[in-house]
Amino acid sequence: MKLTVWTYEGPPHVGAMRVATGMKGLHYVLHAPQGDTYADLLFTMIERRDHRPPVTYTTFQARDLGSDTADLFKKTLQDTYERFQPEALIVGASCTAELIQDDPGGMAENIGLPVPTIPLELPSYQRKENFGADETFFQIVKALARPAERTAQISANLIGPTALGFRHRDDITEVITLLSDMGISVNVVAPMTASPSDIARMGAAHFNVLMYPETAESAARWMERELGQPYTKTVPIGVGATRDFVAEVAKIAEVAPYLDESRLRLPWYSKSVDSTYLTGKRVFIFGDGTHAMAAARVARDEMGFEVVGLGCYNRELARSLRKLAKAYGVEATITDDYLEVERVIEALQPEMILGTQMERHIGKRLGIPCAVISAPVHVQDFPARYSPQMGIEGANVLFDTWVHPLVMGLEEHLLHMFRDDFEFHDAAGPSHHGGHAPAARGDGGAAPRPAASPRDISDPEKTGSEVGGDVIWLSDAEKELKKIPFFVRGKARRNTETFATMKGVSEISVDTLYEAKAHYAR
Amino acid sequence: MTELAPPPQSTGCRNAPILKQRGQREVFCGLTGIIWLHRKMQDAFFLVVGSRTCAHLLQSAAGVMIFAEPRFGTAILEETDLAGLADAQLELDRVVDELLARRPDIRQLFLVGSCPSEVIKLDLARAAERMTERHAPSVRVLNFSGSGIETTFTQGEDACLASMVPVLPATDERQLLLVGALPDVVEEQALSLLAQMGVSARVLPAPRADSDLGIGENTLFALTQPFLGDTHAALERRGARHIPAPFPFGEEGTTAWLRAIGHEFGVDEDIFARATEAPRARARKAIAQASDALRGKSIFFFPDSQLEIPLARFLTRECGMEAVEVGAPFIHKGIVGPDLDLLPEVPTLSEGQDVDLQLDRCRAARPDLTVCGLGLANPLEAEGLATKWAIELVFTPVHFYEQAGDLAGLFSRPIRRADMLALDGSAASPGQKYPGGLGSGPHAGRP
Ligand code: SF4
Ligand code: SF4
Repeated sequence: MKLTVWTYEGPPHVGAMRVATGMKGLHYVLHAPQGDTYADLLFTMIERRDHRPPVTYTTFQARDLGSDTADLFKKTLQDTYERFQPEALIVGASCTAELIQDDPGGMAENIGLPVPTIPLELPSYQRKENFGADETFFQIVKALARPAERTAQISANLIGPTALGFRHRDDITEVITLLSDMGISVNVVAPMTASPSDIARMGAAHFNVLMYPETAESAARWMERELGQPYTKTVPIGVGATRDFVAEVAKIAEVAPYLDESRLRLPWYSKSVDSTYLTGKRVFIFGDGTHAMAAARVARDEMGFEVVGLGCYNRELARSLRKLAKAYGVEATITDDYLEVERVIEALQPEMILGTQMERHIGKRLGIPCAVISAPVHVQDFPARYSPQMGIEGANVLFDTWVHPLVMGLEEHLLHMFRDDFEFHDAAGPSHHGGHAPAARGDGGAAPRPAASPRDISDPEKTGSEVGGDVIWLSDAEKELKKIPFFVRGKARRNTETFATMKGVSEISVDTLYEAKAHYAR
Repeated sequence: MTELAPPPQSTGCRNAPILKQRGQREVFCGLTGIIWLHRKMQDAFFLVVGSRTCAHLLQSAAGVMIFAEPRFGTAILEETDLAGLADAQLELDRVVDELLARRPDIRQLFLVGSCPSEVIKLDLARAAERMTERHAPSVRVLNFSGSGIETTFTQGEDACLASMVPVLPATDERQLLLVGALPDVVEEQALSLLAQMGVSARVLPAPRADSDLGIGENTLFALTQPFLGDTHAALERRGARHIPAPFPFGEEGTTAWLRAIGHEFGVDEDIFARATEAPRARARKAIAQASDALRGKSIFFFPDSQLEIPLARFLTRECGMEAVEVGAPFIHKGIVGPDLDLLPEVPTLSEGQDVDLQLDRCRAARPDLTVCGLGLANPLEAEGLATKWAIELVFTPVHFYEQAGDLAGLFSRPIRRADMLALDGSAASPGQKYPGGLGSGPHAGRP
């Protein structure tokens, strides 16, 4: 038994959902209780998908246990096939269904639907989300991909991108560009964008580009063995890695290496004088193994930072990450315990964190700037704009996003000069961030902002007395105001004062507060 | 202003047929309630005994809002715990000892059962008893189930409050008890309205464990949330008596709710009128402003929080909406009966869910507004249906007079937004080709 507060990865069936949701024409029948349907919101809310994930849950209840959970599964599978008519199905159990041992795979086989039905065995009490994605994709490939005649033009499959992946959508575009500049076409991108029939023709590619080892390494190895397709080992994140990737691809595909660097700006931006202030900034790096390792190289060799700590939460990549950490002369932090990561950060006192949304929160509390480099991420890390991590544009994006949380070069000098000036004091934070002063570490935190809050958190409370100049708050009203959730309090205060001024009232009572509230009700 | 509402002539929807379907349910489990309960009970810790899925649900439902150290966590069962049950009890002792050592501020600990802990029959009641002895008197340990096989969304709060009732001390005092976890600002408004009527009240859950709240045969209780069926039963077992009333949403609901209490406590009409007149007028004004966009619009409720019936009553009677379907996970007539009495006839009243069939009905009805869970909202918006996320209704202050306008506003905002945006007819639409010509993109429609 392990006490857990926040988790970096969901359970393995969420990994399977990421594969299914990225694909087309595939449906996942999951033996699970109703509460497990929460996972849909990861895709519809955090990733803003406009379709429900192609997942049907059996939603068995206590009264079904011991009697007909198996029948419920069979009926759900039948109904799902008839309603959605997918090209193929995957079936499996969530943590609870694993305990009741109904064997979804076996039942599906007995039913004998006219389309491929692929059973998944995902041990919920041992493994996690990335394993679930990797295993699911591997099972799908193993079941559907067959040796095929190679395409006439040299082609590659891009493997690894899934739903809910960090910038996977844009990385695909970037890698396609890198390949096509070398005259290599793309056969299939999978799981994201692929249908089961696309998977079936993956054997026609000459090689595979393994974009994310976390989600596709097992499939890559299997295809290397069974379909004779070599796969790339370099993940093209950063300038150096992109150049290495191009060289690796050229060698595998036996073509001339070619990289169009006309749009590449990171090197010059990094050399330009304003960047001098980046020199030796002490950074702590944490994320999934692939992104963390790529970030370490960019941080040291391309930004001129000093890497003071490096870690990942997925044990699958622990070995290679340890090796790299050693080469960088730092301790490797391999853990999925958020509190431990926090302790390490506190001890190292870095000037910047490159991490996940968890580290962003740690950074907020400790007053350390943080840029997000890896899943898990929140809704704002699925930006509307094109924002890859890989390739040429990816490198440009890295420069911008890593520098953004920091105080700019010239500004930093001003800060030192006017340290005591009220506008420039240390806690003010970078001038281009409205109200991003580091939060005090506290008491368990202020009131939470729920996932679904309608309120605008970016309406910070005004502490000055801009409006309140000539109206007085009676103490009862002031007390009442404090009860209003902090993220709307500022607005309530201003509205009430404006209202009081409008009405020629000089003292604000509880009644004035609510009169004003009614007045502005919308 | 002082008129007593005439007893309803028709029985509204109380005896209307209820559509019951059994299929996939798209709702959270009771663990979700921990997100708001832990904020409400300031010395309580909620320890879920479950799986990684349970931890992930809590995190996703909390919007990944990370506190320094929140007062909830999950003891994740591992292979070794599943092998032998004796071990699991010992393991739980160990986890709790560590937890309490690190958090000396904790006075109440809730062991929260999940699907996995229930399927393996891990006896949390026994564990709670043992731990209460071990950690008395500084910490009281209780247990309840928030599992998805036993509870639906708000039923978690119900199970939690119900678990607290048997351990309340006995009292013969004649008293009013308000039951339900409300945001502080709302709770204090309720108490102050009642005080002006000359009625003093206690609240369950109390913010701290050491409050001297007792219960007995002279306790009358009023529910502030419609999903408290088990708590209702537990209170009655202790001899307390329920004051049935419509729920305090909107001007009408709040007045009827207060009046039912006033009636029991012999509050005379003048005093009642004096206490309620001004806030009633404010509420009416605020609702009138906020419900402009709602008049004549149709609404469809997917089952979620059990607030559906009282809210449908408010929206139809006070905001001029027309309900097409009102779906609730459960319909407990002893509790929502008074709201059903007032609810104008709706074409479909449904209990439970087969989400695919219900989506078919929703698409056929094309309501102006659909109230649904987070998993359905964006997909329905993409089909051109305006939606309101149901979960917001339990996170936001919406009860009583001063929030009546806000409550209407929650529903009118999506409709006003849909009217404001001038985006359709532009080129951007879902289902564009994915860059690189690889078929449709990640957000494109599937067959
Ligand atoms: S439905 Fe059951 S297994 Fe799933 S999160 Fe809720 S309690 Fe945990
Ligand atoms: S509210 Fe902001 S900081 Fe907090 S989890 Fe969401 S995105 Fe991250």
